[in-house]
Amino acid sequence: MASDTTLTPVTIPAAPIEARNAPISVVGPVAWARANLFSGPVSTAVTLALGYLIIRWAIGFIDWAFINAVWSVPNNQTQACRDARGVGACWAVVTEKHRFILFGTYPYEEHWRPALACVVFVGLYIVSAMRRFWRKELALIWIAALTTIGVLMWGGVLGMPYVAQERWGGLPITLILSTFGLAFAFPLAIMVALGRRSRMPAIKAICVLYVELIRGVPLISLLFMASVMFPLFLPEGMNIDKLLRAQIAIILFAGAYLAEVVRAGLQALPKGQYEAADALGLSYWNKTGFIILPQALRMVIPPLVNTFIGFFKDTSLVLIIGIFDLLTAGKTAIVEPAWQGFGVEVYITIGLIYFAFCFAMSKYSQSLETELNQHRRR
Amino acid sequence: MTFFGQTLKAGLRAAAFAVAALAAAPAVAQAPAQATGTLDAIRARGSLICGVTTGLAGFAQPDSQGVWRGFDVDYCRALAVAIFNDVSKVRYVPTTAQVRFTALQSGEVDVLFRNTTWTLTRDTSLGLDIPAINFYDGQGFMVKRSANVTSARQLDGATICVQPGTTTEQNLSDWARSARIRFTPVVIERLEDNVAAYLTGRCDAFTTDVSGLAATRSAQSQPNDHVILPDVISKEPLGPLVRHGDQRFADLVRWLHFGLITAEEYEITAANVVQASTTDTRPDVQRLLGRTSELGQMLGVDNRWMVNILRVTGNYGEIFTRNLTPLGLQRGPNALWTTPGGLQYAPPFR
Repeated sequence: MASDTTLTPVTIPAAPIEARNAPISVVGPVAWARANLFSGPVSTAVTLALGYLIIRWAIGFIDWAFINAVWSVPNNQTQACRDARGVGACWAVVTEKHRFILFGTYPYEEHWRPALACVVFVGLYIVSAMRRFWRKELALIWIAALTTIGVLMWGGVLGMPYVAQERWGGLPITLILSTFGLAFAFPLAIMVALGRRSRMPAIKAICVLYVELIRGVPLISLLFMASVMFPLFLPEGMNIDKLLRAQIAIILFAGAYLAEVVRAGLQALPKGQYEAADALGLSYWNKTGFIILPQALRMVIPPLVNTFIGFFKDTSLVLIIGIFDLLTAGKTAIVEPAWQGFGVEVYITIGLIYFAFCFAMSKYSQSLETELNQHRRR
Repeated sequence: MTFFGQTLKAGLRAAAFAVAALAAAPAVAQAPAQATGTLDAIRARGSLICGVTTGLAGFAQPDSQGVWRGFDVDYCRALAVAIFNDVSKVRYVPTTAQVRFTALQSGEVDVLFRNTTWTLTRDTSLGLDIPAINFYDGQGFMVKRSANVTSARQLDGATICVQPGTTTEQNLSDWARSARIRFTPVVIERLEDNVAAYLTGRCDAFTTDVSGLAATRSAQSQPNDHVILPDVISKEPLGPLVRHGDQRFADLVRWLHFGLITAEEYEITAANVVQASTTDTRPDVQRLLGRTSELGQMLGVDNRWMVNILRVTGNYGEIFTRNLTPLGLQRGPNALWTTPGGLQYAPPFR
């Protein structure tokens, strides 16, 4: 057994493993803050300085807007508000005037009608935004909704007293002007954009002339034309409703701008698409409706929504012709001596309403864009 | 502009008619032809359409419930009562300074009660008439009480806040030149910003019409810290406007104002008018209230028109007290002629 190899235990001297530091975290808010906010001394200093300012401002705002704010006052006695001036907001002006700001001079006891009209408008927007409703019946829904709104606002039937147009005001006016404006301007814009690329010289000339003329003047002068010059051309005693005149001016104006956006989409489409459609033997309208427009419009969603949002806000220009839209109603609400000087609170409130609508539009367009452009995503 | 407008109107009417008829088809408010007169048109329509401001404290402004109130609005109501004996038959069309005259010229409104200064140019070139002056305004100054200024003449070297492009700015420099005063103008577009600049001490004085100053002053937390100087540097006679050429309607508007003044002169108020119409023995009062003679009919309205009006709005003094006194406005030149300094004077009702 001597030759037997004996297995002697050998101890291999191993270097002791030193304890390592835990890896620097690369995920989580702490890591994010370290990488983005505190990556160096300059960065840290800037972060601290800005952070200090933001927190101070936020505390000041919360103090002003909530803690020291006056929420309501009895019978227009605004002394409490005036005492709180500079330290606290006077939301009492909104509490007192909110119905005037929202509905203008519409008869007070009938305010449920414009309120319902606004709800119908919002409902219409939601329904129109859902893809499952994108079919021919949607047109019927629109007609039904707009009729309902007309009936609600004018009344005179179903036991609702008649309300003349000059008493309408506030949010319904803003929604009417922008909804009808864009609903009519968009088809007009598509026609004009197609016309501008037409090979027929007369049609092309008319479309170019229309776009250039309208784009060459500011909206405010168009509204002036509609409200100051136009009535003088009419025969004595004949008056077209002031709101309708403003509405037509807005449609014409929006139409010209949207037409150029649509034209951009038409031009961005590769020539092969047109040629392929022609090769299939499609008629002009089939080609346009099935091949060209769906692709062209999809490409111009961002600028389209940009124009929509712009026009939603531009409707406030009707104040110069004495129509009480949301913004004008807000301004008028603070004319009363007791409430003069509380403009900031009213403007913040109106700003929030505008923001809600514009932000919704913007968010919706983003989702629409991702959804419709899935095939392009890499 | 109206001369231009009317020439244009005549020339283009034929051409525009086809287009207009096409465009207007759905929503045309077809009023009866003007030839029959404004009063008949109003009667046929069933309501008076009154052009007012888009919101001016004390004169015309919607309250929290959207109901129009104010000095000008009360005149609209009075006119509606004169025509229909029904205060609800009046519609208010808010008009901005830019569109007010067109609105009247084109027949969109029947009458403007809209804080409009009577000037020669407006009277002659617009195709409009100003039947009466229902408010004597004028440009004044507001200063801080702590400045111890008692007269505008002490404003030499002062900084004065003023709105640009208005007659206010021109009046100010005209006045300064004739009074040999040097001042530094601070020109700010919006009234609200003007007030803010004045309050923060950016300027020593703030100038606009006295009615506007009073409204601004009353809106401050300590109105007594501000003084409206007694000097008035311009004449701003405000009155209603009607279309030129319909004298019958102009007469009605004019005598409506005179009736309200006369009622104040004889101390007929909303409270005592019904009783006075049967018991008052003064011949002037009996004529005013339609008990004797037929003055109302001569104007084309009910003989008891003033009784109906006074019951609703009260006399001139009551209208003033209800709408303008809360702003801190004094009667001043708007007091009756029987008071020293008062200018409101009515020809006799007979």
